[in-house]
This record gives sequence, structure tokens and C-alpha cells, in this order.
Amino acid sequence: MRTIFYLIRKEFLQIFRDKFIGRAIFAIPIVQMLVLVPAVTFEIKSLNLCIVDRDLTTESRKLVNQVVGSTFFRVIFTTFSEEEANDLLSRDKCDLILQIPSGFGKDIGKGNPVKVFVSANAINASNAQLSWAYLNGVIGDYNMDIIAENTGNQGLVTVPQIQVTNRYWYNEMLNYKYYMLPGILGILVLAIGFLLAGLNLVKEKESGTIEQINVTPVKKYHFIIAKMVPFLVIGLVDLALGLTLGKLVFGVPFEGNIALLFLCSAIFLVAVLGFALFLSTFSGTQQQFMFTAFFFMIIFILMSGIFTPLESMPVWAQTIDLVNPVVYVMRINRMVLLKGSTFHDISREIVALTVIAIAFTALAINRYRKTA
Amino acid sequence: MMALNDISFDVNQGEIFGFIGPDGAGKTTLFRILTTLLLPDEGEVTLMGLDCRTGFRELRKNIGYMPGRFSLYMDLSVEENLNFYATVFGTTVKENYGLIQDIYSQIEPFKNRLAGKLSGGMKQKLALSCALIHKPELLVLDEPTTGVDAVSRSEFWEMLKKLRKYNITILVSTPYMDEAMQCDRVALFQEGKILSIDEPDKIRDGFRRKLFSVKASDRYKLITALRNFPGTVSAYPFGDSVHVTFTGDELDRSVYEYLDQTGIHDVLIHETRAGIEDRFLELMEQGIRHKAQGIRDKVGEVK
Repeated sequence: MRTIFYLIRKEFLQIFRDKFIGRAIFAIPIVQMLVLVPAVTFEIKSLNLCIVDRDLTTESRKLVNQVVGSTFFRVIFTTFSEEEANDLLSRDKCDLILQIPSGFGKDIGKGNPVKVFVSANAINASNAQLSWAYLNGVIGDYNMDIIAENTGNQGLVTVPQIQVTNRYWYNEMLNYKYYMLPGILGILVLAIGFLLAGLNLVKEKESGTIEQINVTPVKKYHFIIAKMVPFLVIGLVDLALGLTLGKLVFGVPFEGNIALLFLCSAIFLVAVLGFALFLSTFSGTQQQFMFTAFFFMIIFILMSGIFTPLESMPVWAQTIDLVNPVVYVMRINRMVLLKGSTFHDISREIVALTVIAIAFTALAINRYRKTA
Repeated sequence: MMALNDISFDVNQGEIFGFIGPDGAGKTTLFRILTTLLLPDEGEVTLMGLDCRTGFRELRKNIGYMPGRFSLYMDLSVEENLNFYATVFGTTVKENYGLIQDIYSQIEPFKNRLAGKLSGGMKQKLALSCALIHKPELLVLDEPTTGVDAVSRSEFWEMLKKLRKYNITILVSTPYMDEAMQCDRVALFQEGKILSIDEPDKIRDGFRRKLFSVKASDRYKLITALRNFPGTVSAYPFGDSVHVTFTGDELDRSVYEYLDQTGIHDVLIHETRAGIEDRFLELMEQGIRHKAQGIRDKVGEVK
């Protein structure tokens, strides 16, 4: 026990003796939160719109006004030429084109169905989808107004229709920051644990100090645990830092139990540290480790469901994701913070994480050899 | 590639046993096996009554190892390194301070300095202190004096000799032939094989021929001339002189004349006692001759 304590003490001494790492450990998460949370967003404001109004009637102007009136769009160009509009779109000058054909107002007056034409710049597919959805919504509203007016004119006859009203549970304002922040917290903890711990062990190999440790009676699991604990502590401190920033700067809600969140992150960290130390037993140099670590981190993060929902991934990818610890922490963070999930609600995730943590740590201890 | 081949030796408790051989002879591989860092593919190694394959756990408590490369934590101070290794071995600096006092007291004034900032000689002293702090019965030192200045080197050997009174067995390797004389017994090592094991003096006595030390101001010219002289058997540079053996095992007087003709006029020749190095070179040559003979025999068989 005394040995473990002393090994851990030595790690802490070394970590904070390196002035750069000592500061970076706390500076990086702050910068990461302040930059990434507002930057990584799907919210779209002030889309550039080009309008081709060939009708120029009261009705068409009313539609244009309604579009302009919404906060999403900014009309940067009006023209009568479809070619000119397409040219703007292809030169990236605008995101959307709304074309109103001539006869639009006349047909509405007659009660005939009318058509408008929308083209969207789909270089960025999700952007295009969203902007199309926004514009569609505005046009839909306009449509409802016309129906209301028409039915009004015909007296008190009501047309039966289904009104859909939405409520976005757990994130009512669809604040994208609330969605991203818990995910970014997970990535932050991942980076700290994965890179620092793995590099630390490989550094001992590179400098030959591990040779001297290997001839001592230090037990394998002592050594591995001593390499994990410091980064576990640092990871949790960074999580606390990130949460505080989230609350103070972005006002993210803390619906659930914060202690539960820390418990889950601790399990997650053990899994990540175990995996990093396991990987590091394969690398002889820090360069080799960085290269493999980068590869795995990218996979872990991009497949974690932080950007794209897990459910829309192919089945094989979802199968791989069963052993991706980031998947679980992503889900747990969001559920606990935004939804206020309890231990019972996320017990499946906790069990999965624990199994992964134990497995990776066992692998790391098993793979670490004191004898070549 | 085979690093060690067909070697067998015994080391007595409490002796300083030297492994002398050039770089690449297999010294480090042998030491890594003896310190349980490497498992031999074949053969048996018994240390302190324990087999290196099955008893490594027990052995590690009783071995002090100083690798050829400085392997302490550069970013920890002198004192922190020492405390760390004491704790890792389940002991304290206080408990075994007597053993390292002579060595450690020399670097103690710098105990707060980072190990990475120490000079070569001080690093060596710290490494030795750390290897001794758990009072091991066996101390394994892999080229401890390589890259250390001459004064620190002789100081280091003095320190090792002082450790004799604690009955610690010391295995030490070195590429420097002159250090062999400091050991109780030495093994001459070459290409993974042991050429000879004995007390240094006896190894020197193994050199049976009469050896002459030849000196002249232009040593390079001298050695080429001596090697061209028909009566020369061998000529090797040794310090500022050349060690020569002649055919008939006597000083061939005509060598003065020969050297005079080649333009070397200030020749000094006197008989000398062979050093370890002379014996080593002789054994090596014999080995090469044997090998060459073996190849010739094989070629003969094929024919």
C-alpha cells in the first residue's frame, strides 16, 4: 500500500514539475469549452436568400415579407433572372433561392393550388437540410394564413385540419449549446486520460527508467494503478472545471445528480486509461503512441454519437460501438445533465462502462511485461 | 542472431567479478538475463540459489542493477530519486544509510538538484546509491565507467572495493582493459563467448611469449614498420608504445637495423610484462585462427 502511495506521489511530482503540462492540464479544458461549445453548433442564423419574384402582386410580396420577417433569413439579392440567381448560388454568394412564378397571386385569388420553387446550396448537407426546413416552415405558416383567410371569407364553415404543435422536451429552446456541452465534457475528459497517461508510460520506456523499475519488486498492478490514479484525479478536476464554466458562461442546466455524473466519469476514465495504457505497451516511442492514439481517439469520438445520432449509423457500426466507452459517457452526460436521469435510468450504461473499464485495465496489466 | 553462446561460469559470493570485452560482445544481454529482465532461450541460470525463470520475484528483492544508460528520473531531485527507490524496495534511506554513506555523502550537498542536471560522475554516484539502497546481495553494474572521466573512474573503483566488507557480490562489465586489474576475477568476453576466466594476474600469466615494449616518437610509422618486419609475430599499439612479439621468442637484434633503415632512429626496446589486453588480443587471434582453420577444414571436406 505504501508502495502504491509512493508511486502515485512520484507521478504527481513529475506531472507538475513539467511546468508546461502542469498549466496545460487546466488551461486546455477552459479554452476547449469556451471555443468548442459556441463554435460546434448546427443552429443557423441569417441565411443568405436570393428572391426571384416574377409575380410582384400583393400576395407574393406578403410571402416575401413573411420570409424576411423571420430571424433566419436575410435577402441579399432580388432579381427576375433565374440564371443570375443560380449563378449566385454556385458562387456561394447565397444559400437559398426562392422563386415565385408569375400568376402566383392570381391563382391564390382564384383558390387554385400554386407552386413556389426553392433551391438550396447542399455543399454542406446538414446545413442545406436545416435551411430548407426553416424556409418550408415559413411557407407553411403563410399557407395556413391563406387557408384561414379563405375559410373566413366563406363564412363560418370550418375545414377540419390537424394542428401540430411541438414541445422539445429536455431542451425547450433547442439550445444547441445545451446539447453539445455535455458531449464536449466527455471528449475533454477522454483527451486528458488517453493522451497523458499513455504518453507517460511510453516516456518511461524511452528514457529507460522503466528498466530500473522492472528490476524492483514492484508489482505489475501497482505500477499500472499508479499510472492511472493521477490522471483519474486530474480528469475529474477538469470535469469540475468544465461543468463550472458550463454553468457560469453558458447557463447549461444541471437537472440531475452531479455526484452521479462524477461517478460515471470516473468509471469512464478508468476505461479510457486502461485502454491507453494497454496501447502504450505496444509502442516503443512517444511518436508511435501518438499516432495510434490519434487513430483510436478519432474513431471513438466520431462514432460516439456526439454529432450524429447513434441510431442512424449502420448496424455494424453500432455493434463496434458496444465497446466504445465514449458512446456511454456521451449518453450519460446528456441524460443526467439535461434530463435529470437517475442511477436507475442509466444503469445499463453504467454496467456497460464498468465492464469495459475492468476489461481494458485487465488487458493493460496483463500486457505490461517486466521481463522481455 | 545469437548474443550469447555456450557460456558457463560461477561467481563466488562477495567477489568483484568483471566482464571484459568490446562493445557488442554480449555483456549487456548477459546482464539483462542476470537481472531477470530477459529470459534466456536455453540454459540454466542460478542466482543466490534461485532459478532465474521461477525465482525472479524473490531475486528482484535482492539485486541492485545499474544499467549502462542513466535510468533514474531526470525530473526528480537527487533526494527524491533515492527515497523513491528505497520505498519501492520496501525500505527507507535511513535504514541502509550506512551502506551508501561513503558514496552518497559526496552528492548530498546537491540533494535538491534534479538528477538530469548532475554531472556524469555525480549521476554515476547517485545511480550506485539507488542500486544499493535496499542492501542487495548482488550488485550488477553494466559499464558503470563508460563516459566518465579518468578521476571519477578510479574513484568509482575505490567505492566498489569499499563495498567488499558488506559481502556484496559485484558483477561489473567494462570495455576498458585496464579496469580488469581491479577485479578479483574476470571473464574475457568476445562475440558472445567467454575466452578465459581467471584472476587478472593469472590471465596475464597466460601470455607465454616474451613481450617487448617498443617506443619511438612517431608511433604510427613505428607500428607499420614493425608489422612489416619479417621477424615480427604480432604488434599492437599499447598506450604510447607498441607491444611486440618476435619469432623465436627472443629480441631479434636486426630489428634496430630494420627500423633505422625505415627512418626511425630513436627506438627504445625493453622486455615487459603482458597486460590483460595483450592476453585478450592473443586469445582473440587464436580464436580467429581456429575459426579460419574450421572453415578451411569444411572447405576441404566439400572438396
